Amino acid sequence: MSRSGQLEQIPSYEPKTGEGHGASSPVDMSSLTAGPGIRSVAEVVAIIGVAVAVFFGLEGLLILTETPEFVFPRPTAVVATLFNDFTTLYLPPLLETLRSFGFGFLIGSSIGLMLAAVITQRPFIEKIIAPYIIVMVTTPMIALVPFLMLQFGFGMTPRVIAVALASGPMVMINAATGFRRTDSAMIALARSYGASTFQIFRRIRFPLAMPMIVVGYMVGSIFGLLTAVGAEMVGGGMGLGNRLVYFSSLVRIPQFGASLSIVAALGVSLYVLFFLVGKRWASWES
Amino acid sequence: MSPGAELDAAPSSTNGSAPMANPKIEIRELTKIYESATEPVHALERITESVAEGEFVAIVGASGCGKTTLLWGMSGLHPITSGSVVLDGEPITRPVPDRIGMVFQDATLLPWRTLQSNIEFPFEIKKVTPDQDRIAELIEIAGLTGFEDAFPPELSGGMRQRASIVRALAQDPEVLLMDEPFGALDAFTRDEMNLLLLQLWEAAKKTVVFVTHSINEAVFLADRIWVLTPRPGRLARVYDVPFDRPRDLDLHYDPDFIQLTRDIKADVQGDTPEGAGA
Repeated sequence: MSRSGQLEQIPSYEPKTGEGHGASSPVDMSSLTAGPGIRSVAEVVAIIGVAVAVFFGLEGLLILTETPEFVFPRPTAVVATLFNDFTTLYLPPLLETLRSFGFGFLIGSSIGLMLAAVITQRPFIEKIIAPYIIVMVTTPMIALVPFLMLQFGFGMTPRVIAVALASGPMVMINAATGFRRTDSAMIALARSYGASTFQIFRRIRFPLAMPMIVVGYMVGSIFGLLTAVGAEMVGGGMGLGNRLVYFSSLVRIPQFGASLSIVAALGVSLYVLFFLVGKRWASWES
Repeated sequence: MSPGAELDAAPSSTNGSAPMANPKIEIRELTKIYESATEPVHALERITESVAEGEFVAIVGASGCGKTTLLWGMSGLHPITSGSVVLDGEPITRPVPDRIGMVFQDATLLPWRTLQSNIEFPFEIKKVTPDQDRIAELIEIAGLTGFEDAFPPELSGGMRQRASIVRALAQDPEVLLMDEPFGALDAFTRDEMNLLLLQLWEAAKKTVVFVTHSINEAVFLADRIWVLTPRPGRLARVYDVPFDRPRDLDLHYDPDFIQLTRDIKADVQGDTPEGAGA
């Protein structure tokens, strides 16, 4: 693209084949943001009904089989400790996990997003960097935690770094897929109205990449949470991961179950959050 | 029926048609060469012509004759190899968003924006407040009232292309360059769009340059028709279209209309012995 806002090539306007533009990424999980919506009251009733049935069915099964509490906790016992001991036993670890996850994810995803936006502009650099990104995506970053603790001590730092390393490449690889799907016709349109390179990025390339960015954030956040909890289990801090190890070593199974439920709820919340973000900002694609 | 003055492709400024006193757009010796792996391709060779203020010019030719390249060269969006395009005395070397509006083959609406927001898009790029009265008026003329909040995938092909014309006209450009805007539409929708375009043009008297591969459409719409022939792309002939305005669809059955389309078709196919259907 020349300086004066001209285009070297006239876009081809051949009919697009299906969804066509943009290659799919190795970790294309766009189906994650395209779940079915809830339609009617009957559906809601059915969903809640099944949940209640599972809850009390499990409770009944455990009573009937006289399963001891240290083998499997009763759902009611888990709920009881969740309510009674929430502020003392669970809130501080929850906040600690949220802190290391939050910082790590914020840093990792921001760097990942920026790198994706910059690197896709330079295909040559992208080719060189791509293998390292794949390595970072596929390596479980929890494995780095003992090493990071040697470097940064027992504080929050090693966990924040691990979360950033786990979530950043995930965000990057998906966002890059989004940024790569340039639509030359749309860019020509913007150029014809005198758009600057930055305006084209902001008004065309970024919205075009948005669906894949949301997918990257969703997958990246779940990877980040996994790494945050895992890192706490490996060592350091008083977060939820640490509590899981602690309660199970003391065979306080209801408390273990309560901690696990909180971790699960966190994961689901992240999923729902980015699902809603996708619905609001990227629903034009489906 | 007047076939217009014949324009020799010979490199000279002895323009067969009457020289224009005050051309809106002047194309001088425009040449475009694409460098390809094997040999340079002469897409356009020394095109010299003018468009008068308020004139409706259609460019026709077989595929690959360079008509789209010529239009894009005129828009300033696509660099030309040599020669010049002059708008009111000023050479065009880059897009001139305040004076030239483009309508593309594909409606090119942004799918994440509503119809209204798509029409406001150029205002955002230019950082000016959208002229809501003008937009509303154009939306009404184009028959898009009630669809302002619809997203492009919810609209029909004809509606999308109408929206893209409204988007261009909302800028109130002096010149409208249209690159096969109705090529993807079915015959009925195309007739409807042609009528709408003539209605808008007669109301606003913009200068229009319209590229099409449909000779019928060109004769129906234009004041003058430029016929391009391929390899290398040359301006083979310029026709005057004598029919009175306003025109209606019955014009298609007028014997003179049919004769003129036949003549132009013969010209278009003249240099392509394989006989590419037009």
